[in-house]
This record gives sequence, structure tokens and C-alpha cells, in this order.
Amino acid sequence: MVDVTFGFHDGTERTVEAEVGWKLMEVAVNESIPGIYGDCGGEAQCATCHVHVRPDWRAATGERTPAEEAMLKAAYDVKDCSRLACQIIVSEELNGLSVEVVDN
Amino acid sequence: MTISTPVPSRGLTEEQAAARQKIYDMPLDELNPGDPGSFETQEMWWKFERLREQDPVHFTSEEYSDHGNYWSLTKWEDIVAADTDHDTFSATAGIALPDQRAMARAVASANFNSRAVTADATAVEDAPRGPAPAITSLLSMDPPDHDIHRGAVADGVSPSTLRELEPIIRERAGAILDGLPIGEQFDWVDLVSKELTAMTLATLFDYPQEKRRQLTWWSDVVTMIPGPDQPVKSFEEKDEIMAEFRDTLVSLFQDRVSKEPKGDFISLLAHSPHAGEFTLGELIGDGIVLLVGGNDTTRNTITGSVYALNKWPEQFDKLRENPALIPSMVSETVRWQTPLTHMMRVATKDVELGGKTIHEGDRVVLWFVSGNRDDAKVENPNEYIIDRRNPRQHLSFGFGIHRCLGNRLAELQLRIIWEEMLKRFPEITVVGEPVFSYSNFVKGYESMQVIIPRRN
Repeated sequence: MVDVTFGFHDGTERTVEAEVGWKLMEVAVNESIPGIYGDCGGEAQCATCHVHVRPDWRAATGERTPAEEAMLKAAYDVKDCSRLACQIIVSEELNGLSVEVVDN
Repeated sequence: MTISTPVPSRGLTEEQAAARQKIYDMPLDELNPGDPGSFETQEMWWKFERLREQDPVHFTSEEYSDHGNYWSLTKWEDIVAADTDHDTFSATAGIALPDQRAMARAVASANFNSRAVTADATAVEDAPRGPAPAITSLLSMDPPDHDIHRGAVADGVSPSTLRELEPIIRERAGAILDGLPIGEQFDWVDLVSKELTAMTLATLFDYPQEKRRQLTWWSDVVTMIPGPDQPVKSFEEKDEIMAEFRDTLVSLFQDRVSKEPKGDFISLLAHSPHAGEFTLGELIGDGIVLLVGGNDTTRNTITGSVYALNKWPEQFDKLRENPALIPSMVSETVRWQTPLTHMMRVATKDVELGGKTIHEGDRVVLWFVSGNRDDAKVENPNEYIIDRRNPRQHLSFGFGIHRCLGNRLAELQLRIIWEEMLKRFPEITVVGEPVFSYSNFVKGYESMQVIIPRRN
């Protein structure tokens, strides 16, 4: 298990335990993190798990997949640090990961 | 025989126990989950219960069904596997399991295959005469077509659109609720569920509010199985009403294409950069599906929430004590109600699932209504628990590329109506049992009598 933190628009945060191997979206949905829905079941088909990765975690989480690029084209408030949480797989290296939930 | 209520795990009446036994005693291959009658009588619960346990991927032969040969997926896992594999399980055979009589009436679609929007994008041609083929819409397309159509309309329910709609919906909900009789029995479906839903639909389509019930009526007819006891008596009558609906849709498209682009669904489609490629059949189909998608589904969940909270009064108490549970209650209701029982797919190749071999061309029914009661995935699935751990974990909106486009709007309407209801009414009491819909697709309530004893 590792720790991941979800930050919200109002400045509050929530840190939860996450199982290694899970999609970050699944972690969020399991913990009822508001604003992350995972409508399409984690297939990069809906952009309802859109997050902004905090600067010091950009390198560790890597680059967007082509599927993410396609979905994010139609999403709101897209920034360079935008990712779909369903394409981020929890790993030991991501212990302490911090992302901001995009107001969907 | 009418079984009075979908049975919680609390114990069955003698009548219910007998009905259940009959289902368990039948030879397995005669079990036909698609029979609309079993939804009216609520016997379908026993069929799905037995299938999940004994034959989760179940073949029904045309010998035992009015819907031809078809496979049924009854467990959560298999349903999700199919719903997220759109290459193997294509949507192009149609949205729902069709009655054979309806299938026999579908004519060749040639006359609806012309390009709808003129080359200069200033007009849409008239609909041709005659009965229409099966509906072609985004819901029965695969990528890449699906993605184009869905992309065209997604903004109709974008987060900013929903933010704009919220105060409008709230005002309407308030007006509807303030107009309800106190201390006197009335039909909740007619006065509340249909009303609020119809108003929202009219807004989404920029259709005159005073004619909103036309939209509801046409939508209902789309999914209705004609019959002597039904509002529509024959397939001929259904065809006539559908023709009127189609003509209206086409005239809306013709109006929108000639004007500046706006945010309603019709305008979004008419002004889509891809509109020049859409056929008339597709435009009409998209319009129908977007309308039907938001019609009886939201309506039946509104009714379902009042019904379930009455069946589980301790949940109603919990809700009144803690209105912060409304969003969670809404999700639990969507799960418990499962307003659309299934979606249908067709196998594009032979595939193994649940130990069975589904062949290319076989139709496969994804029974959300069964998956939502699968105790392999949902704890105490037949219990209505408004603060269960993962209320959003349900199949009612589907998964994958066809995931319900309007799900956030549905949840918004439900949340708002309940916020307004809790402000006004200490109690809403269901009187007797509702009349359940005769359909294997729409899981709903034709009517439900309630009394509101007093205001707060």
C-alpha cells in the first residue's frame, strides 16, 4: 500500500491508502473522492477522472498515452499536467503521489 | 398474477414463494429472461437469481422466446467484460432485445440513407413517407462513427451547461412540489416524475415548454410494446405516432440548421462539423435516443426513490435526519431501480465467456438489472441501503464508450428534487402498490399513488 493525496478546488485535501497495481481512478472511486467518476470503467473513454498532477510528480507519473490525448482534447481546464487518473497505475515509486481533482 | 413488490431478502409471501419455486422447477433451457411479462409481475428476479447461480451465460432458443435466439449475461463481471470490449461485442445489432413482431415490420432502410444536411449546410431534407427502419443512432454505432456522433452532442450536457441548468431545474422542482395536493391521494408518476423530466427534456431540445408532454409521449411510444392493454393498441398505430415524431424532429433540425448554432441537442447535431456526413436516419435516430435516454429513465428513478424509501422506512428516516446523504441515496436508487434493464450487443467473432462459446453473429444481452443484484460484486444487493460503501458502483449507466451521456444530468435532477422535497414534506406515503411497466427494457412505473399528509 502507498499513500496518494487528492487535492480539491477549495484548497482541501484527502490522503488515502492505495493498492499497488490499481488504477489511480479506481482508488479514487473506491474512496468516493468527489469529482472522479470513472464513468467508462477506466478505458480512457470519458475523461471523468481528469486530474492535474502536481509538479514534483510529473516525472514519476510519465507522459500521456495517445488515448488520453484524444480524450483530453474535449475536456475542460486542460493543462500540461493534465492526466486521466485511469492511466496512472499505482506503484511503490508513486508513494506520496499528489494530484488535484479537476472540477468536472 | 401480480407479485406485489421486488422482494428484499426479508422473506416472501406464499404467492411469491410459489412463483419463485415455479421458476426454479422449470427446465433450465426454457428460462426466457427477456419475457416482458415477467417484469410486469416481478418474477424476473427469480429468473436472474437462478441464472446467476446455475447458468450465468445463458442461451435462450427462439423456441422459448418471442425475441429469437439470444444469450443472456447475468453476472456483473461478464457484463463489464462485454461492455468494455466493443470490438468483440458490437452495438450495431440494435440497442435492445426486440420483439419478433417489431423485427418483422422493419423495412429496408434505403429511403433513410440519404445525406440529411444539404451541402451548403442551410437545410435538412424532409423525412420520407412510410414506416421507418430500426433506429440508427450513436447508441447502436461502433467507432469511428459512434465517436463522431457522441462528440457532436456531448456539450449538450457539459459541466457548464449543467451548472446553468441547476437553478432552472430547482425553480421548476419547487413549483411542481408547491402545486401538489396535501392530504389527498394523487399519482406521483404523472404529477411529479413525468413533469420534472418533461420540462428538462424540453429545455435540452429547446422545445416549447407548453408542448413538453408531447416529447414524453413520443418517447414512451418508442419503447412501448403495443397491445390491447397498452396505450398504443397496434403496431400500425405505433407507426403513425412514430411518423409524427419523426416529422417533428426533422422540422426541428430544419429550423436549427437555418439559424445560428445554439447549445441544444438539435442545434449541436445540425451544426456539427460532421453534419454533412450524417444520414437522415442517423439524425433522427440520434434525436430519438437522446430524448428517450432522458425520458423514462430519470422519471422511473424519481418514482423509484419514493417507492424504495417507503419500502425501507428506516432508510427514509436516515435520509431525513441527514440530507447530506441525498447524493448517495440517488446513486443507490439508480442501482436498485436499474431504469434500463439491459443493452444488447452482437458478437463480431466467436468468443468464450463464462465457459460457453458465443458465436459470431449471436446476439448477447447485457442484463444490468441482474448484474446490479450480483452478490459477487454488491454486498446485500437486494437491500436498499442509501449509505452503502460504494453507491456509485452499479451498472445502470453502462460502461465503456456507450456509458450514459446524461448520467450527471439524471443525478442532478434527482438530487435537486429531493433537496426540495425534504425542505417541504416531512412524509410522502405510497398508497398500495405501483403499476409496473410491461417491458423487458424499461424498468418502470406506469402509476403510483401517494399521499403527502402535510407540509413542514
